Amino acid sequence: MKNYETVIGLEVHVELATKTKIFCSCSTAFGAKPNTHTCPVCTGQPGALPVLNKQVLQYAIAVGLATNCTITQYSKFDRKNYFYPDNPQNYQISQLYLPICRNGYVEIETESGKKKVRIHEIHMEEDAGKLVHDEWEDVSIVDYNRSGVPLIEIVSEPDMRSAEEVIAYLETLRQTIQYLGASDCKLNEGSMRADVNLSVREVGSQEFGTRTEMKNLNSFKAIAHAIEGERERQIELLEMGRKVVQETRRWDDNKESSHAMRSKEDAHDYRYFPEPDLVPMSISKQWIEEIKKHQPELRPAKLSRYKKEYDIPEYDAKILTESKAMADLFEATTAICGKPKKVSNWLMVETMRLMKEKDIEADQLSFSAENLAKLVDLADAGTINSNVAKDVFAKMFEKDMDPEVYVKEQGLATVNDEEALKKIIQEVIVANPQAVEDYRAGKQKAIGALMGQTMRATKGKANPAVVQNLLIDYLK
Amino acid sequence: MNHLGTKVVDENGVKHNTISDETMEYVGILAKLELTPEEAKSAKKDMEEMLDYIDQLNELDTDGIEPMSHVFPVCNVFREDVPFEHDGSVDTLKNAPVTKDGGMKVPKTIGE
Repeated sequence: MKNYETVIGLEVHVELATKTKIFCSCSTAFGAKPNTHTCPVCTGQPGALPVLNKQVLQYAIAVGLATNCTITQYSKFDRKNYFYPDNPQNYQISQLYLPICRNGYVEIETESGKKKVRIHEIHMEEDAGKLVHDEWEDVSIVDYNRSGVPLIEIVSEPDMRSAEEVIAYLETLRQTIQYLGASDCKLNEGSMRADVNLSVREVGSQEFGTRTEMKNLNSFKAIAHAIEGERERQIELLEMGRKVVQETRRWDDNKESSHAMRSKEDAHDYRYFPEPDLVPMSISKQWIEEIKKHQPELRPAKLSRYKKEYDIPEYDAKILTESKAMADLFEATTAICGKPKKVSNWLMVETMRLMKEKDIEADQLSFSAENLAKLVDLADAGTINSNVAKDVFAKMFEKDMDPEVYVKEQGLATVNDEEALKKIIQEVIVANPQAVEDYRAGKQKAIGALMGQTMRATKGKANPAVVQNLLIDYLK
Repeated sequence: MNHLGTKVVDENGVKHNTISDETMEYVGILAKLELTPEEAKSAKKDMEEMLDYIDQLNELDTDGIEPMSHVFPVCNVFREDVPFEHDGSVDTLKNAPVTKDGGMKVPKTIGE
């Protein structure tokens, strides 16, 4: 078999986090009753006129700046004509001729190092309604709540060569856009959607093969599987001397395979023309500078600052900056207690363990930086031992509270009073003659049982190191 | 399909556009229109005349002139991102011939 290379370009749709739709004041809130968030504009009634939501333009520019694009200072909307039940106007307002952003790139990092993926353009457009396929009847049901929700479409150049690179690219886009607050980018909820354009060619060839476009990819796992599957399918066709047909294929997550979508003879004749109902946008340099000035610190800048300013390992910095919510919590907590590595440990170990257990994201964490800082101080000063600290943290994680008050109320402070401990240890030794005998006979492990008994007697509040030393003294 | 038709020259030496039947059918598919043979004939005549008119416009020299998409010298008409809370479902569904579960019922859109 010949040696093949996979060539992949992505079209990524991102739902912007505005409160209202792109061309009308209807709410974009997710999960409302069908068709409640609708009006004459977003249902395409004759005579209704769209007016652009300024925030959509500002988010699009912000994403463009963060992905090194050139902002198109004179930009316009165009009409894309097609008939489908989810599209009540019979056209989608999009951008073809003068998209808002062009010629950018993002830097991705994979096992094989760093690489630039170029962005061809970013354009603004409106989302279509949602079609629910009825389970009982052979019909579909249309909900126009999503019709007119603002989207940006980020079109990459065909610069990716593997599923790993595609996922690194998507992760980078997602992080960047989340940092900007322009979208929550949730693949499973559809606020980020990726269409994969894939072709294969012999290694060394300069020309591209015929590509297919894959849709309906709702998770990174599905994207990786779809890429592997499509690569193999195309190579198999070429090896058999057949041709790859340019088509749109739909990924089926249950079957883990894709099939060609019914192609219509008129599918790609959209008869674009300038949108007559919307005036052009003229974006001054000053406005662009203004948006640039308000950009938050993005991940690459944070990564290098963390290493310098907080002196924490690169590994920690990478994990903490994966989401802006986590990075913000880290910075706020460290600012209070001044112990970056200790804060990092609490976030990376206990916090992330519980997040995984409860299946929540960093932006859903409810405890405050103030209270986490107090807990770090309590544990660091030895006021509570590490097991107690973990228990207190678990309580805080459930419901935010002041750990200092809680420790006091519950009497959880470490017992360091040696006289009191000695008394308890004497009782434990008397009650466990067998363990004492075993230890004296050379079974070092037997001390564990005595430690356990002592800790239990102090309700876990004793300082384990102190207990161990006292026990060893006693048993000599 | 880009080919619209061909040009013929009439007895006065004037060029006219003609549209093929295939093009008429294709345009009908794009516009989701079903035309009777008579309607198709008259629509074809109208469209041929439209193309003639565009040819007339093309006679003008437009070198160095920016294509214009809007007649008014107006830019940047925006709306602030403030929601208008309302329930639009009653009005929206008035336009639906058949509804189900609060949505418009349409023929199944996904082919297996």
